[in-house]
Amino acid sequence: MNEQSGSGSAGQHRVADYRYHTLVVTVENKSGVLARLSALFSRRGFNIESLAVAPTDDERFSRVTVVVDLESAPLEQIIKQLDKLVNVVNIRELHPGHAVERELMIVTVSAGPDRRDELVEQLDRAGGKVLSVGADAMMLSLVGPPARIDEFEELLRQYGIIELQRTGRVALANLDEDD
Amino acid sequence: MKMDGGQALIRALELEGVDVLFGLPGGAILPVYDPIIDSSIRHILVRHEQGAGHMAEGYAHATGRPGVVMVTSGPGATNIVTPLCDAHLDSVPMVAITGQVPFAAIGTDAFQECDTTGITQSVTKHNFLVAEAQDIPRTIKEAFHIATTGRPGPVLVDIPKDIVDPDNPRSALEWTDDVEIDLPGYSPQTDADPVAIVAAADLIRAAERPVLYVGGGILKARAAEALRQLAELTGIHVVTTLMARGAFPDSHELCLGMPGMHGNFTAVTAMQESDLLIALGARFDDRVTGRLDGFAQGAKIVHVDIDAAELGKVRRPDVAILSDCRVAIEALVVELASNGIGGVNRGAWRSRVNGWQENFPLSYERTQGGDEIKPQMVIEKLRDSTPDDTIVASGVGQHQMWASQYWSFEHPYTWINSGGLGTMGFSIPAAIGAKVGCPDKMVWAVDGDGCFQMTAQELVTATVEKIPIKVALLNNSYLGMVRQWQEMFYGERYSEVSLSKDVPDYKAWAESMGCVAMRVDSPEEIDAAITNANEVDDRPVVIDFRVAAAEKVYPMVPSGASNSDLLVSPSQQDQQ
Repeated sequence: MNEQSGSGSAGQHRVADYRYHTLVVTVENKSGVLARLSALFSRRGFNIESLAVAPTDDERFSRVTVVVDLESAPLEQIIKQLDKLVNVVNIRELHPGHAVERELMIVTVSAGPDRRDELVEQLDRAGGKVLSVGADAMMLSLVGPPARIDEFEELLRQYGIIELQRTGRVALANLDEDD
Repeated sequence: MKMDGGQALIRALELEGVDVLFGLPGGAILPVYDPIIDSSIRHILVRHEQGAGHMAEGYAHATGRPGVVMVTSGPGATNIVTPLCDAHLDSVPMVAITGQVPFAAIGTDAFQECDTTGITQSVTKHNFLVAEAQDIPRTIKEAFHIATTGRPGPVLVDIPKDIVDPDNPRSALEWTDDVEIDLPGYSPQTDADPVAIVAAADLIRAAERPVLYVGGGILKARAAEALRQLAELTGIHVVTTLMARGAFPDSHELCLGMPGMHGNFTAVTAMQESDLLIALGARFDDRVTGRLDGFAQGAKIVHVDIDAAELGKVRRPDVAILSDCRVAIEALVVELASNGIGGVNRGAWRSRVNGWQENFPLSYERTQGGDEIKPQMVIEKLRDSTPDDTIVASGVGQHQMWASQYWSFEHPYTWINSGGLGTMGFSIPAAIGAKVGCPDKMVWAVDGDGCFQMTAQELVTATVEKIPIKVALLNNSYLGMVRQWQEMFYGERYSEVSLSKDVPDYKAWAESMGCVAMRVDSPEEIDAAITNANEVDDRPVVIDFRVAAAEKVYPMVPSGASNSDLLVSPSQQDQQ
């Protein structure tokens, strides 16, 4: 999978990702708000690719980064329906290529002593970290643009993935394109 | 001032101007029922919570003020899910207060516990589960604000028992009058963008075949007068959807009546042939558009709505105006009055419209001296023998369509029905709610026998609470609309659609509930029965009209067909 070239932007994504758009939704930090969001997606038939939720620097609000599948519904309708939720304070659409997107993966890979050096070398090249080493396995982490995580996950398959967890992406607009 | 949560809740409702509650008490809501004894608020004790919900809707439709329901937890709450959904789809302002098990018991499957906010999330505009007594006054204020502003809708407030129970320390709170709402994510836009107004006016000036396509939003925005000004200034015809009957007088020369699946030929065809549809508070519902890709293909669209999500949801507008309808229409009137309405000659269009009206009026075959009562005839006779401002509340099915078609609505807020959800059993409780809100108006429920059997028990409420509504039961011993579809589209294979001709005995049943009741079997008895009913003013009246069972609603656009394939009544089909 190729990262888009020529945009000169720090945001990186797969070309195929144009099917997906990232929305950064600021919501009131109240119980049940996530259920309202997911119920809306389900009720209106909007598909979501990933969802990440965490509090913001202001304790009254949480930020939801949601990657929506535009094959299931037009982006405009998704945004307008989300905006009708009383607990949704703000919605920002991050255009593909105009945002910095990051995702964290932690993964346990089977790797006996004979393959460790090779694996660590590839991990270093990708910018990942070794979290733990066992007799026949290693636990690794990698932070990066989702496309790079995809690539690295693909590469790890030859070793044998024992367990894998990705966070779903979080994103912010590029500084110079911040509107 | 020190108070307990229950007292604060009632006080907060009083401050919102609530004059009536529709409800039924039970375990979890008991502490709130105690302070009702000392309150100025009238409480109407229903026989089933669903009735309370539809009464609140009827009250809101008729008065424009939010209807308020109060029920207990568990089954009390689940029994109002249908009215909440009904109010949600028809944008009816309503506030529901539900009891809940004590806060600490939530999640333990306690007696009469259910996840009320979870269950009602998708059928309310918003809902709240209140955790602390101190939050009650603010939450009530927020609930009314959300229910009545922007696109109106139902809001539910779930109240755990411990925060209203005076014997529980968690119910203690300090009352202050200056509580403020805190809704950072809620600020409906109501002002129309002036640029969009000019763009809409330009399309209106240039249009040769414009039609004002008017929906329930006109009524919610109290915009009937503004609409009349716009129509008369521009000379543009008006179609009023099922939700907008009465928003423009049926007797007005520019009124074309109801469009849609059972709309009249002229309204449907004028929209199909139009080159500009000016949609005002309407949402391009499938019952109006028919098959979407065959709907008004040559028309540009101006769409005014207060809900941004409606703009472009179904049909992409050429000019979208996010605004309160009245604000937008008044701005359009100012723009067109000051800068001209354009010089397009619409004479040819007007004569086409007139031709359709002459050739294809609403019609049904009258009985030739026979003894069969045609349901349309009952509606016509009722219309002609009641005051102009009579409120008509309808159930759902054939009788609803006939009422909408054959009544002549001259005033806004005189037609109350379940449009979006199509809730059978709506009419009797809705009529009761309307009569409570407008005690000086005559209120008729037009009902079918299928609907009647769903909510008739509320006639007991009407008798006991002295709410003298009148019910015209168009009794054909069938689920009539289902029968019509089975006849037309299922090869006359009638499956589970016949109700008994013999039971119940509606007259005896109504009398047992304290009503004056009559049964009418032949056309010549109709007038006298209606006259008798109109004279009763101290209790409900039910007339059981035994009507022709085979009668079908025409015109009809078959489900999935284009509006261009409208079926007119059999007697007109040769001319089509």
